[in-house]
Amino acid sequence: MSQTSEVTKPAGTTGFGGLQARSGAALNTVVRVAIRNLDFFYADNRALKAINLDLPDRQVTGMIGPSGCGKSTLLRVLNRMYSLYPGQRAEGEVMMDGRNVIAPDMDLNELRAKVGMVFQKPTPFPMTIRENIAFGVRLHERLPKNRMDERIEWALTRAAIWGEVKDRLDTSAMGLSGGQQQRLCIARTIAVRPEVILFDEPTSALDPISTLKIEELIDELKRDFTIAIVTHNMQQAARCADQVGFFYLGELVEVAPAAQLFTAPREKRTQEYITGRFG
Amino acid sequence: MSATTIAPGPVKDAAVALALGRRRRRADRIVRALCLGATLLGLAFLASILLTLTWRGFEAMSLRVFTMVTAPPGSEGGLLNAIVGSLIQALMGTAIGTPIGMLVGTYLAEYARGSKLGNAVRFVSDILLSAPSILIGLFVYQLMVLPFGGFSGWAGVAALAIIVIPIVVRTTEDMLQLIPNTLREAVIGLGAPKWRMIVLVCWRAAMSGIITGVLLAVARVAGETAPLLFTSLGNNAWSTDLSKPMSSLPVTIYSFAGSPFEDWIALAWAGALLITLGVLGLNILARSLLRSRI
Repeated sequence: MSQTSEVTKPAGTTGFGGLQARSGAALNTVVRVAIRNLDFFYADNRALKAINLDLPDRQVTGMIGPSGCGKSTLLRVLNRMYSLYPGQRAEGEVMMDGRNVIAPDMDLNELRAKVGMVFQKPTPFPMTIRENIAFGVRLHERLPKNRMDERIEWALTRAAIWGEVKDRLDTSAMGLSGGQQQRLCIARTIAVRPEVILFDEPTSALDPISTLKIEELIDELKRDFTIAIVTHNMQQAARCADQVGFFYLGELVEVAPAAQLFTAPREKRTQEYITGRFG
Repeated sequence: MSATTIAPGPVKDAAVALALGRRRRRADRIVRALCLGATLLGLAFLASILLTLTWRGFEAMSLRVFTMVTAPPGSEGGLLNAIVGSLIQALMGTAIGTPIGMLVGTYLAEYARGSKLGNAVRFVSDILLSAPSILIGLFVYQLMVLPFGGFSGWAGVAALAIIVIPIVVRTTEDMLQLIPNTLREAVIGLGAPKWRMIVLVCWRAAMSGIITGVLLAVARVAGETAPLLFTSLGNNAWSTDLSKPMSSLPVTIYSFAGSPFEDWIALAWAGALLITLGVLGLNILARSLLRSRI
């Protein structure tokens, strides 16, 4: 609950829309992912325009903006999900561990082991809870049974769902509630031990209690992982993110520490958006 | 109680409204009567077929149907060879046709979406699905009976497998297409290669639907006569040798029912009842499987 207490701190961080952001601790200067001059095309339609953005190591980058502004597209560039679909292409640089992620010779399976993704709707696989977690691990590592069990417990514990499922690991994951399924998906993602986790509107299909749990979880996970989260909910961005980028019509209009973006945005468009004048 | 005033609606011509209402009700009665009549007609035919079949089938049913092989008219005989022959050919045909059909369906759903080759394969498979089964029998006759100099169980199995393939192709593709793309992206997002995604997740998610399709395919081929006439021909003696002509229920029914001998005709009814019960059972099983997945 440290999250909540921080948000309700009366420390003069009230922004334009009555939004409160975490009081702006300085951003980590170590950069995990550096995006430079990134363009993205759906066939001939340019969906991202010259994006420059750094994801600071082990911090949360929030991405906000109206529907169709390109924020989800940007996430799907970071793990090359777009490569599944012919006709979609990216140009520019997304540097991670000294390599350009969008280079054609990138090993996609290796990349996706380093850049995990959690989707809008929970996507449990049609198998048991244990198999759901083990599935991703087995793709990249060979673990003896006891180490696999340890890894499963570790991942489920980190995803704050171990207590709820430890007695039913061998039952179908489809029987979990929506919020539990989403935490299971988070556990499945972190079990692979990625460096970066992408959250694509992870709570938009969940009830408020489950949403709160996921938000607390994100705050907890950033101790180990670099996180990028796309959200339609500005309160959520304010609560979770260390830095926030505002996207509009494929452009990154402004990126700033959360407290600054929500209290003193530089750009007029940002101010109009967060005060609800469009979007 | 607080006083409520009810706001008056827009003014309408009462006479026109009444006439329109009467017309609407009349049209409703006519359409309903037509639908009901057509349903009753269909049900009446079905009921008369089933009742006759059950009546004559049970009359002819006895233990020797299951314990004795077909025999010349007038002597004691059963359907054992036909039942076993049908089981062997239908199951073998399904066992051969199912993996091929599943792979083709998977190709269509996972690899060839929107591609020209995929569309062509889908079109051909759909044509095969509705092709008259006698054509398939003739095809296999040309391919496997003439060159090898004789009718055989293998030829029958091949003909049935060809019938099974397009059914399994269709259900596999349909069931895989029901899987949301987000599930696929979730698997890919973990760093899984595509074949693992298909084999370990997509097939598993679609499995009950695919099994349903396979059961329906078994039900379909269990009742096929025409493709077996040209291939496995029929055999009045006990034989499980697939390289020899092999008996089957539909072909036995075909030849017995057309004969002038009362005991043969009775056995044909018994065989028809057996097939119907088998197909009914498979259909019920398929439906319950499909329901349990939702």
